[in-house]
Formats: sequence, structure tokens, C-alpha cells
Amino acid sequence: MEVGQMQRSLVDYTKSLFLEGVLDGQFLQLQQLQDETNPDFVAEVVSLFFEDSQRLLNDLTRTLDQPNVDFKIVDAHVHQLKGSSSSIGAQRVKNSCIAFRNSCEAQNIEGCMRCLQQVKQEYFLAKNKLETLFRLEQQIVAAGGSIPIMELSF
Amino acid sequence: MAMTGEIYHSPMVCQEEELHVLAVDDSFVDRKVIERLLKISSCKVTAVESGTRALQYLGLDGEKSSVGFDALKVNLIMTDYSMPGMNGYELLKKIKESSAFREIPVVIMSSENIMARIDRCLEEGAEEFIVKPVKLSDVKRLRDCIIKGDGEENVKKNLNKRKLQEDEDDHSVSSSPSTPVSPLSPSVARDLASSSRSPSPSPSPACSIKRPKMLHSS
Repeated sequence: MEVGQMQRSLVDYTKSLFLEGVLDGQFLQLQQLQDETNPDFVAEVVSLFFEDSQRLLNDLTRTLDQPNVDFKIVDAHVHQLKGSSSSIGAQRVKNSCIAFRNSCEAQNIEGCMRCLQQVKQEYFLAKNKLETLFRLEQQIVAAGGSIPIMELSF
Repeated sequence: MAMTGEIYHSPMVCQEEELHVLAVDDSFVDRKVIERLLKISSCKVTAVESGTRALQYLGLDGEKSSVGFDALKVNLIMTDYSMPGMNGYELLKKIKESSAFREIPVVIMSSENIMARIDRCLEEGAEEFIVKPVKLSDVKRLRDCIIKGDGEENVKKNLNKRKLQEDEDDHSVSSSPSTPVSPLSPSVARDLASSSRSPSPSPSPACSIKRPKMLHSS
């Protein structure tokens, strides 16, 4: 595949992520912060997000598994996850966290379990998509091309 | 002190120097982002993970700090609100209680858009309350404000100016957070009398309170 084709694929793929609501404008903000002096900035932040989220999801699973669930702790974890997903533009993850916090507030254990499932789903979806995106970028760079700059004008 | 309506330079910061910002946030992701936002805006950054660490850095933790504070003067503190242990509000209070550091502008960042929280922080002396996620435009605006305004005194004057101007211009200003309006100082009164419609490039003052975004519920 030649570079131009790869670049078009990347643009289309990225667009689809926005249209599906997986990513929002904050992701574009991050891309703006990337340049030659910091060419891997977005990938680095997103990696941190993956690590952070994995830890939080494990903690959430464990906390909800306790005989006496401490909803304050659950809420604290969800709040953190909401924050970091918002910071990288992972919109659907963020939104599922918002719903989760409502269940925490209501101290509804079943609601929380359902929400945890939902958050996990959205998280793995976002992770998958972002990893694909980075792979596409790497392919372009390996072929000697440059990453096209996205604009939110669609 | 000649008040000609021009930019007042405090001894703390001059145009050419890089601003040194102390960023406080317990989230790895947010620290990395804020660090980059600041660096790309030509600021020096020290990022710490808690209020306690921030106080240690400033030498305010009661222990004899080994590093002389003058080594890296802090021009602005940006802190997250929700942090385990000492939250942003508590950190703000400690800074404002200290004679050495109360002049340093403190900005609070929060993902939650809660009026009571915003009011409380502003009343305690926070320069601004920024709703996360923080954008490049937020940082640029802050930096310009700090460089131009040079410290709390000028910022408060601008806040008072704007509040009075709003009262004059528009009696139907709805969702502005309540800011403590201190009695007019003679210099502010003079500014208002002579140049309330001064030929400044932007209609709003250098440092204005960011209206929290009311777009989505969170």
C-alpha cells in the first residue's frame, strides 16, 4: 500500500472514531500538543491512560466483590477513571463513568455491577481502536510518510 | 505610583522570563498533559502529585527544606481540586495563609462544575477556576494574564473593573459566580473615571474568570 492510501485510511479511520463517539475534541487537543520535539506525546499519554485504567478497573472489580461494598471507594475510583478518560478524549468511557457514579450515589449494587461491565466494554473498545490508530500511524511513518493533521470539520 | 492605565510590571516577573508553574495533580495522565500544555506555552514546569508534595516543594511543610526557595521562584500554581489527602481547596488555603506565598496566583482545576465549590475557591483567593479537561487556550490565556497582570493586585483590579462595568452595561448578567468585590481603591476609581472604554485590543480584561462550561451534566 502506498503512503497516500495509508494516509487516507488513517483519516477515514480517525473520522469514524469521532463519528462513533469513541473520541471527542479533547483527543484533537492532545494531537495539537505533539510535534517534532515530542513526536510520541499522544501515544505516551494514551499508554499512561491504559495503565491507569487497567489498575482502576481491577480495583473496581475487587471492591465490588467485597461482602460489604464501600460505595465511597467505588465512587472514588470511578471519578478517577472519568477524569483520565476525559483528559484523553475517550468520550464513551467517560460517559459510562458518569452513569456509574449515579449508581454509586444510589448505592445500587446491581446497578454498579452493570455499570462496571459497561465501562469495561467501552474501555476495551477504545483501547482496541486507539491501538489500531497508532498502528496505522506507525505504518505510515515506517513507509516514510507523515501523519496527516486532523481537523474537526466534518 | 503613576497610574496611566498602562501595564504595571511587578518586580516578580518581567516579560522576558519564563514563567515557572507548579502543577499539582494526583492523576498521572493529567500531570503529563498539563506539563506538556505548559511547556508548549513556554513555561517551566514542576509537576507534583499531591498538596503535601507541593507544600514540601515550596518549603511550607514546617520542615527545614534543604533547597533554597529562591532557586526556582514559582509564578503560578495550578492545582487539581479533588485529590486524596489534602484537596486543592485546602492547599489554596495554606498558600494564602503564608506570608511568603500568598501573592502567587493559584488556579484550581476540576472536572466537576459545582457552583458552591467554585465560589468557595474564588472567595479563598483563587485566581480562576478551570473546568477540566484543560485546553491549550486556557493555558495560553493564563500565561498572558500572569505576564501582563503580574500578580494578584492587578488581577483583582481587573476583576473589580469588569464587575462594575457589567453592572453598568448590563443588569441582566445571570450566571456569573459571586466574587467578593472589595471597596474601590482610589487607583481603580481613577482608572474607571478616565479610561473605562480604554483602547485596549480585547474587550475583556486580561484576566477574567472562566465561566464554567454548562454544556453537559457530569
